[in-house]
Amino acid sequence: MQVKEYKPLIVAFCCNWCSYAGADLAGNNRLSYPAEVKIIKVPCSCRVNPMFILRAFQRGADGVIICGCHPGDCHYTSGNYYTRRRMAALFSMFDYLGIEKERTRVEWVSAAEGAKFAATMNDFVEKVVSLGENKRLEDLRCKK
Amino acid sequence: MLKISLDKLGNMFAEISKNMSLYLPVDRADGKSEYTKWEEGKEWSNSLNTVKGPKDIFFPQTEDMMEFKVEGKNIEVVDTRKASEDFVVFGVRACDVQALEILDRVFLTQPYDSYYATKREHGIVVSVACNRPNEACFCTAFGIDPASPKGDVSCWKTQADLYMQANTQKGEKLMSLLADLTQEACDEEVCKEKNAIAEIMKKLPLAKLDVSMFGGGKTQEFFDDPRWAELSESCIGCGTCTFVCPTCQCYDIKDFNTGKGVIRYRCWDSCMYSEFTKMAHGNNRNTQKERFRQRFMHKLVYFPENNDGVFSCVGCGRCVSRCPISMNIVKVIKKLGGKGNE
Amino acid sequence: MQKITTQMLVERATALLNNGTVSAVLGWKKGEYDYDVTPGVFKSAEELSEAFVYGDFSAANLSKYLIKKTDSITGKILVFLKPCDTYSFNQLLTEHRFNRESVYAVGVQCGGMVDIDKIKSIAGDGVLSVDYSSDELVVSTLYNGDVKIEKSRVLAERCVNCKSKKHVAYDELLGESGEEISSGRFDEVERLESMTPDERFAFWQNELSRCIRCNACRDACPACTCEKCVFDNPNSGVENKSPANSFEEQMFHIIRAFHVAGRCTDCGECSRVCPQNIPLHLLNRKFIKDMNDFYGEYQAGAEVGSRAPLVNYTAEDIEPSDVFNRRGEDA
Repeated sequence: MQVKEYKPLIVAFCCNWCSYAGADLAGNNRLSYPAEVKIIKVPCSCRVNPMFILRAFQRGADGVIICGCHPGDCHYTSGNYYTRRRMAALFSMFDYLGIEKERTRVEWVSAAEGAKFAATMNDFVEKVVSLGENKRLEDLRCKK
Repeated sequence: MLKISLDKLGNMFAEISKNMSLYLPVDRADGKSEYTKWEEGKEWSNSLNTVKGPKDIFFPQTEDMMEFKVEGKNIEVVDTRKASEDFVVFGVRACDVQALEILDRVFLTQPYDSYYATKREHGIVVSVACNRPNEACFCTAFGIDPASPKGDVSCWKTQADLYMQANTQKGEKLMSLLADLTQEACDEEVCKEKNAIAEIMKKLPLAKLDVSMFGGGKTQEFFDDPRWAELSESCIGCGTCTFVCPTCQCYDIKDFNTGKGVIRYRCWDSCMYSEFTKMAHGNNRNTQKERFRQRFMHKLVYFPENNDGVFSCVGCGRCVSRCPISMNIVKVIKKLGGKGNE
Repeated sequence: MQKITTQMLVERATALLNNGTVSAVLGWKKGEYDYDVTPGVFKSAEELSEAFVYGDFSAANLSKYLIKKTDSITGKILVFLKPCDTYSFNQLLTEHRFNRESVYAVGVQCGGMVDIDKIKSIAGDGVLSVDYSSDELVVSTLYNGDVKIEKSRVLAERCVNCKSKKHVAYDELLGESGEEISSGRFDEVERLESMTPDERFAFWQNELSRCIRCNACRDACPACTCEKCVFDNPNSGVENKSPANSFEEQMFHIIRAFHVAGRCTDCGECSRVCPQNIPLHLLNRKFIKDMNDFYGEYQAGAEVGSRAPLVNYTAEDIEPSDVFNRRGEDA
């Protein structure tokens, strides 16, 4: 019997000003990262409501990563500072509920860091693959 | 009448479970009991009063009704109902048995509810005489005798034995499965137990609760009563009373989009919620006072009006003990129910 | 310390009603038994003397009622606030949920509230009355006669772990105001943190699986004051009336706890009202503890107008990825 290779589904929320441009640069430079990463562009990383993350998991994501401008470089001055606080609290809560902390991540990727974007995604996908399928925050109704 | 020694109950549960699922009140870590599927090692709780009634088993809080598979422009409707197997609900108090009969009046008349009906058909209700009512109990106000519970099989628990009496064919069938474990008994002990229960009932603080002022045809009398405002003033609009109630039967039908199709399911709804029966024109009950009034008018006036005078409250006392702000049907009855309650 | 009695509160409220300072009193009403106390509005001396009660079961936090009552009642409202209630009161003022001028706040000394479920676990079912006039409660029961219980054994969880006996807001005080207390309120959170993720997951699955989504936690919470909750709004995409599966249960409680994070004063109403006894305060306290650890001590409601940790920042804040490293766990 052939075992089907496990392909995770990764949702990456990327801010419009830095990280999305970083992803673009990765593409322009022909740096490869796994096709399982689905990018959702948001105006700023702080646009990411915790509900977005939960909804991504509900709809079958195995990992969620949020990318924004480096602290201090936010297009809106302070958006990513709020992201940093919110996600620190939220991810700690996930861990408290016994949900694998490696499934969520925040990374700061600037528009000039195409290489970092690709490397980050490669690393994140690898970590999520090692965890396997998301079982603890899954909605079975969506997996039928 | 048959009896079985209390220390053989485990054997009896095992015997029943060989043939079908068995649900009974089991203690939880927080000291409350709840209906749980029996498996080896689980014990029947001494506390007959579960947080939620057996309603869940016949009318689950969430129940899938059908699915829609969408492919291009085609929609396929998939019937997700499974063939139901027989099951036993054991340890049901008289009030909760009566509550099932009230649900029957709603679901088993036209339009007939096939989801509920299947479970009711396959479910065998084993009731137990309630010898430890608590201070919030008032089943007798609705003419229920806790010492003579109905159901497919009625039981009485004494110091050493459990006495069992089958009332229906389904009950007889169950008892025949247990023939090896039970023995014939006379009803002397049961009579004693019934008398003891009657004595306890007299001592309950709500023993004299009088609902005679309520009933069908009293809508005009109570609807505009100014006292509803005071009664409802601190209601926070949660659904606790409705969800712990063994007779509340309102539900909402919703569609869940799975991304690949749609699951149509129903779930309990509460008339205490601001979104309850919201329609295109908006809400029909805009204030918490109206919503609060609806719940109690339904139990005490509208339901009896349409159901031969039967109230849709059984006095189980669950809302009395669980309401976050301790406002409940007893306080409503005492406030509006006239002289008999003074 | 002097014992505060119902009589003292009734006398003070009557005086304030009579001299025209206030037009209504927000307090607690007697029930059928001693323990089923209901929040209520009193508008006359007769109503007060007939039904007002203050005692070990006056647990309900009245501050949230001020939002609606200051709208519907003209004139000032007298509200009685226990120390923990004053924190919620301040937090609501911080969020501009009612007008301070419409309220006359009387802080009342609190000796801790008791939990009827704990009493029943000792005295048995069929509790007819509870005499709490001294620190030894006399519980009269149907089946076990009179049972005497030390009050300290049946204190509500939030009172065992009381964070403060200090009134942080009042116009006048009845009895004494105490100090902030360094209680063991984070002990249980720490115990959970020290478990393995698998154990924690099992713990929360077991607790949250009991949720019946009655929304009592939300509706009683003084920090949950949205006009329309996202979980009630059919257009939100996440509205639901039932805990359809474990995902829905987790989502509801994570989002609710997160939404009040930084604004939650740890008043404990959520756990008190939960009909299924889910320890919801352990979610809120986790956020409080984390935010204290990451961003410095902060007590919501300690003062009006303070900026909560999640609506604030510094350039040097901890990175989400370092949260776990710092705790000495492997990342």
